[in-house]
Amino acid sequence: MTAARPKLEVEKLNAWFGTTRALKDISLGVQARSVLAIIGPSGCGKSTFVRCLNRMHELTPGARSEGTVLLDGEDLFSGGMDPVRLRRRVGMVFQRPNVFPTMSIRENVLAGLKLNGVRGDYETIVQKTLQQTALWDEVKDRLGESGMRLSGGQQQRLCIARALAVEPEVLLMDEPASALDPIATAKVEELIDELKEHYTIVIVTHNMQQAIRVSEYTAFFYMGELIEYGTTKKIFTHPERRQTEDYVTGKFG
Amino acid sequence: MRRRNDPSAGGHAGDQVFAGSLTLFGGGVLVVFGLIVLVCVQLSRPAFAKIGFFHFLAGSDWNPVEDSFGALPFIYGTLVTAAIAIVVAVPVSIGLALFLTEMAPARVRRVVGFFVELLAGIPSVVYGLWGLMVLVPLLRSSVQPALGKAFGFVPLFSGPPLGLGYLAAGLILAIMILPTIASVSVEVLRTMPSSLREGALALGATRWEAIRMAVLPYARRGMLGAVMLGLGRALGETMAVTMLIGNQPEIHASLFAPGYSLASVIANEYAEATGAIHPGALTGLALVLFGVTLLLSASARLLVRLSTGQLRSAA
Amino acid sequence: MKEQADPMAAEMPRAVARRTPSPYRWRRATNAIMTGLCALMVAIAVVPLISILYLVISRGIGSLSLTFFTHLPAPVGETGGGIGNALVGTLYIVGLACFIGLPFGIGAGVFLAERGDGKLGHAVRFTAEVLSGVPSVIIGVVAYGLVVMPMHRFSAIAGAVALGILMVPTLARSTEEMVRLVPRSLREASLALGVPAWKTSLFVVLRTSLGGLVNAALLSVARAAGETAPLLFTALNNQYWNFRPDQPTASLTVQIYNYAISPYEDWHQKAWGAALCLLLLVGLLSLTARALAGRRQTGPA
Repeated sequence: MTAARPKLEVEKLNAWFGTTRALKDISLGVQARSVLAIIGPSGCGKSTFVRCLNRMHELTPGARSEGTVLLDGEDLFSGGMDPVRLRRRVGMVFQRPNVFPTMSIRENVLAGLKLNGVRGDYETIVQKTLQQTALWDEVKDRLGESGMRLSGGQQQRLCIARALAVEPEVLLMDEPASALDPIATAKVEELIDELKEHYTIVIVTHNMQQAIRVSEYTAFFYMGELIEYGTTKKIFTHPERRQTEDYVTGKFG
Repeated sequence: MRRRNDPSAGGHAGDQVFAGSLTLFGGGVLVVFGLIVLVCVQLSRPAFAKIGFFHFLAGSDWNPVEDSFGALPFIYGTLVTAAIAIVVAVPVSIGLALFLTEMAPARVRRVVGFFVELLAGIPSVVYGLWGLMVLVPLLRSSVQPALGKAFGFVPLFSGPPLGLGYLAAGLILAIMILPTIASVSVEVLRTMPSSLREGALALGATRWEAIRMAVLPYARRGMLGAVMLGLGRALGETMAVTMLIGNQPEIHASLFAPGYSLASVIANEYAEATGAIHPGALTGLALVLFGVTLLLSASARLLVRLSTGQLRSAA
Repeated sequence: MKEQADPMAAEMPRAVARRTPSPYRWRRATNAIMTGLCALMVAIAVVPLISILYLVISRGIGSLSLTFFTHLPAPVGETGGGIGNALVGTLYIVGLACFIGLPFGIGAGVFLAERGDGKLGHAVRFTAEVLSGVPSVIIGVVAYGLVVMPMHRFSAIAGAVALGILMVPTLARSTEEMVRLVPRSLREASLALGVPAWKTSLFVVLRTSLGGLVNAALLSVARAAGETAPLLFTALNNQYWNFRPDQPTASLTVQIYNYAISPYEDWHQKAWGAALCLLLLVGLLSLTARALAGRRQTGPA
């Protein structure tokens, strides 16, 4: 149906932790400016998969990967691709907020830019990203305060703003709301809905309702394998594979 | 087509430089150790060449004027003062550690812990000053005469009560190594899983019995390590000992007699030692001291690590 | 009324009395004795400390005066004079030592935290632990051989080298501990932003542990300031002011020693005064370290 080239193309991706294989021959495509939800029971390789996409997986001692990942046709694992520069194009938000404790809110947002010596209109960037994450009104009068003074939900939105300030093309989110209360979760989901107009988003979630709410496409992982991939509607209403059906109907996981 | 993804592709020059600098700093520590060994061996060579290693160790005459150098008086003095220090400090430190971890309410624990930290921070020369002005007169006027009267028939307590001597130095050392033994023992006791103690208490043991049955057997190895660390400190402590030991390079049986320790003679004589033999002999003493404290330190830390590691795995 | 002797009532008090067996009483007594003994140990430990602090303060405070802080020592036999050169000398030598010991110690500590899990790391860690138990006189001998002998003179720099080397082992271990405390998630957050690994280590990880590092550094400086033995034959002593690194220099600790072992009562008084100054200096450094450690928890206000 779509003739446009997928933003991310994954082909036969395998990953190991030492001798334990965590991912087996994963192949899928992520459409530009869409939201892909990765679902599956604990330990199925969802986080590992996403961490391969920004080459964070290989930073774990003993971890390695094989396979191809193309970003706009460019091979992420080729010798010419600098993982550090890659991570500015593919950003990541983690499960628990990891605000830099010794930096103020403003410094946190600008951390990715300042540390890389990127110049720009810092004040505008701070305002823009904090507005994008619906945090601006809450913190605009205390940008110089420590980021640790914010609530959990606010800290996570600060982390998202920090990731956005670097202007990535793809945003990876590893269970971004799992440490948050329901109200904060709703805000983050609202945010994702707005962000997908500009960014390509891959979100790992163990909450199927969340996947249904925010994503257009869903991939179901089980025991390191991609069991099924399709539109969210299809996966959750008439999945093709038996395992998928068992999972989404709550029979296990 | 399987392709192995190389994680180092596109590494940064900055990373290499940073890693290299860090390795330099780390390696520098090893270099320092090597330097200590090298310098000491080099400087002591002329003395050993002239006197011979075993003659040096076993000789009991120290006379720089006549080029006669024997290490025995200093080895003896170091050992005797350290022994006194251990005999006095160990029961006090262990009692202190037990009190802090097992018996004291939280507020008392904090206050006493603070005092112990203070003790640890007082410079050696201040201990020496207090020892000279307070401890020595006390020994001379009250303690030594009393001990002499009661136990004078024992060679240990014979002789005139001078004040300065092995006993004074040993006692000040005891005070100085107290915080070391106590704080390491506290650490060992604290990493003990409370289930062991609670098991004993649940059987109806009194607090002391619980300590004796459950706590001490497990903490024994770590506490031994703590004592060894304290012993290491006692062997190498310089200033306070120099000020209280009397500085006589002789061997006497009585604790009241003046003596000399390895560290003290090095500190006292090095500045004015001329030629190559005198400094060489002093450096030889330094080598002896280095070797002993090295051995002690290594085994002590091994013991402490074994004990706290073992206790954690028993949890 | 008839006194109905209740046989049970007559028996019970005695039976109850017998039911508390004497072994139990003995166990309770032992418990109390041992608790008392341990408390006694605490008292024994604390008494010398209180005596030292009390005497240093009470006997030392009489010597303190502007003259004391700013004048040179008076010649033998004369009263008056002060420890001005010794005070400055300590600050000078310890200051020089910081240039050597602080970067080296912290650098080695960061090495142990960031790259210390391999064979080299284990060797360095073990060496640092063992080195921290080496008596300071021996380090003095090493400084003598490395600096005093080639220079053919005693000097402040020789003393600084000795003190600097002394700082390294404990500083390295404390630094390692502080840096390892920084959670891995912070490092990952920075890497995920596309910040290179070395900048992450330097500007995120180290910055986060900065409070702890300053704490450790201040404590090692306090320890160095209290050292005497290595200075006795490296920096020696000096009756006058000195700001040249290649000349012998007075120091507070050496001065206390010289005054204490002298036969003059006036000099003994000065020794107490100088000891008070030393304790104040060391105490100030330690307190600052502790205050900074407390602040670290709350982060920037």
